[in-house]
Amino acid sequence: MKRLLLRGGRVVDPANGRDGIADVLLTDGLVEAVDEQIETTDAEVIDCSGLLVTPGLVDTNVHLNEPGREDRETIATGTRAAALGGYTALGCRSTEGLVMDNQTVVRYVRSRSARDGVVRVYPIGTATKGKKGERLTEIGEIAAAGAVAISDDARCVDDASMMRRILLYAEMFSLPVFSFPQDTELAAEGLVNEGVISTRLGLAGIPAVAEEVIAGREMILAESLNCAVHLSPISSASTVELLRYAQERGIKLSAEVTPHNLLLTDAACEGYQTDALVSPPLRSEADRQALIESVADGTVAIIATDHSPCTVAEKKTEFTKAVPGIAGLETAFPLLFTKLVESGLLTLSRLVDAMSTQPARLLNLALGTLTPELPADVSIFDPEQERTVDVRSFKSKGMNNPFDGWLLRGWPMHTIVGGEFIVRDGKLTVS
Amino acid sequence: MLKNKDLLGINDLDVGEIRLILETADKFKEVSSRRVKKVPALRGKTVANLFFSPSTRTRISFERASKALSADLINITTSPSLGETLADTALTLEGLGVDLIVVRHDQAGAPVQLARNISAGVINAGDGAHEHPTQALVDVYTILKEKGSLEGLKVALLGDMRHSHTARSNLYCLTKLGAEVAVGAPGTMIPEGLEEFGCQVYHTTEEAVENADAIILTRVSMDFGNDKLLPSLREYSRFFSLNTKRLALAKPDVMVLHGGPINRGVEISATVTDMAWPHLREQVANGVVVRMAALYLLSIRGSEKR
Repeated sequence: MKRLLLRGGRVVDPANGRDGIADVLLTDGLVEAVDEQIETTDAEVIDCSGLLVTPGLVDTNVHLNEPGREDRETIATGTRAAALGGYTALGCRSTEGLVMDNQTVVRYVRSRSARDGVVRVYPIGTATKGKKGERLTEIGEIAAAGAVAISDDARCVDDASMMRRILLYAEMFSLPVFSFPQDTELAAEGLVNEGVISTRLGLAGIPAVAEEVIAGREMILAESLNCAVHLSPISSASTVELLRYAQERGIKLSAEVTPHNLLLTDAACEGYQTDALVSPPLRSEADRQALIESVADGTVAIIATDHSPCTVAEKKTEFTKAVPGIAGLETAFPLLFTKLVESGLLTLSRLVDAMSTQPARLLNLALGTLTPELPADVSIFDPEQERTVDVRSFKSKGMNNPFDGWLLRGWPMHTIVGGEFIVRDGKLTVS
Repeated sequence: MLKNKDLLGINDLDVGEIRLILETADKFKEVSSRRVKKVPALRGKTVANLFFSPSTRTRISFERASKALSADLINITTSPSLGETLADTALTLEGLGVDLIVVRHDQAGAPVQLARNISAGVINAGDGAHEHPTQALVDVYTILKEKGSLEGLKVALLGDMRHSHTARSNLYCLTKLGAEVAVGAPGTMIPEGLEEFGCQVYHTTEEAVENADAIILTRVSMDFGNDKLLPSLREYSRFFSLNTKRLALAKPDVMVLHGGPINRGVEISATVTDMAWPHLREQVANGVVVRMAALYLLSIRGSEKR
């Protein structure tokens, strides 16, 4: 019997309404108890005084790029990056060109993850064949193969009748359906937020309405079918208003937002900085403020990284030719802790809720909480540890991260998956 | 002295730097009237004209300017289709000992990114819809030569604002020097947030040119996907073209400038083009002296790693 006692940390477990100093006892890969003081004789004791003890972080939007683009990332490198970022479970999106639109690729991702992964990996299948928006995938088989959600990733299902069928069909298999809310025609060749900055830079803009018209469409479809739709991810203030309107009326419309949309605006693109090129784009300060507020009040339930590692060549090129994306797994928690929690914009409890409890709930996983008898996935952060982001030290293959050089606190100290240390004292325990 | 090693856009310049370039151009203006139109200012220096997208008149203007300064000139007019990145091309040029690089590119920001990667000075000769600083300086110089000052003058900008690099540079340059700028273009050709540049935005040519002291035209074509922004050039011509009737709304001594190439009968009627020729000719001639000034000021500043 293997027992681990995490002693004296500030335990933040939103699912159980806990936020205070407590001990956490893990036994044989499961949580055994969480209490103010736990006495044992046979457990290894980890001193957590001064540290934050939370359920392992869960991300609904990660690109591991295997199979297909192993030059960008692999399951081995991506899951190690995740563990170093405090993540213990990942919703894995499809790789461009080799998508999870059939059970074979879904099974491959699962078996590779079992072999090479160091955190839990949950495949997210596509809604349409080849993400083309034309024909339904075998959603039933994809579900049976182990996919936890359905998403055409960063491709909008342009045809409303197709989206309607996806919702009707996926409902039978109880799979959550994700929508990338961006009208393809309105976004056109756009790269950055449409506004004075896109005009100054002379770059084609993506208007916020490109997001809002699709968010509105999904809301109407969700209501008419009484289905749930998850917007993944959102970027604009008006979409937040739409979500509020929907949720007040009991329409099952939910959303996630990225750390970069919470912390940066389109001003980060000035000087043609390709690391700030993302999809959906970084928007205005007003949008950013509205997004922070929406996370604080729960309108936007989830923060997901949209971890999208790129090769150096894909970023070190003309802005118009660069590939959008940020490799964000290793910086998400310290960024949000430093910039939103320490500055008082977000409670720690709500941050943990948005990065662990809510994503686990959306994907129907028995994770995201420190409830006895559930898997012992725990992340432990040091709120005092101060370090500068250095992309060259990333375990991810992607060095594309606009927060390079930022001084942050709240770095992950230990990451425990199923009762085993994957990261201990800030270092991987596995090679 | 200019603050940066590069001239990438008017947005980066302060009024003092703009005036310095214009005053330096004035000194070179005298050179162009000499019998031997050449000074040794850039002797022993090498200028590379890197034209990744076609622009005959800007390239020749820079070529004339470089030669009048006695610089050695390398002309590269084909785009590297062998997959080499712009940064690698620049490093090659640096290895060849190039002092100044003049870049024309169809992608906005390419010269800015290039300048970050090399120590040689870079002049942006037009990048996508971003900036074309020397052309704006030429336009302003031409107006100043006739009007003396831009303070309080009304300048109308007409044409495709969405895709024009010169229009943006003109907006920065004219507003920084105190002109009142009025833009006139169809709504589909006006990019988001243009009024934040400090100009009035109109959807008619009439309102824009009313009482104008100068009118600067930008070419309107069906390129750049403009077939989605305009029903036809004929329709544009009918409702927006600068014809004699619309020109009459401006001040009697109005100057008409056009960066070229001119689409006669589209953005400007043939009659007005002919009326405007003295100014257009002056504008082209001034192109050489303003570019001489830019090359000279960057060369004396020397190179440095940013």
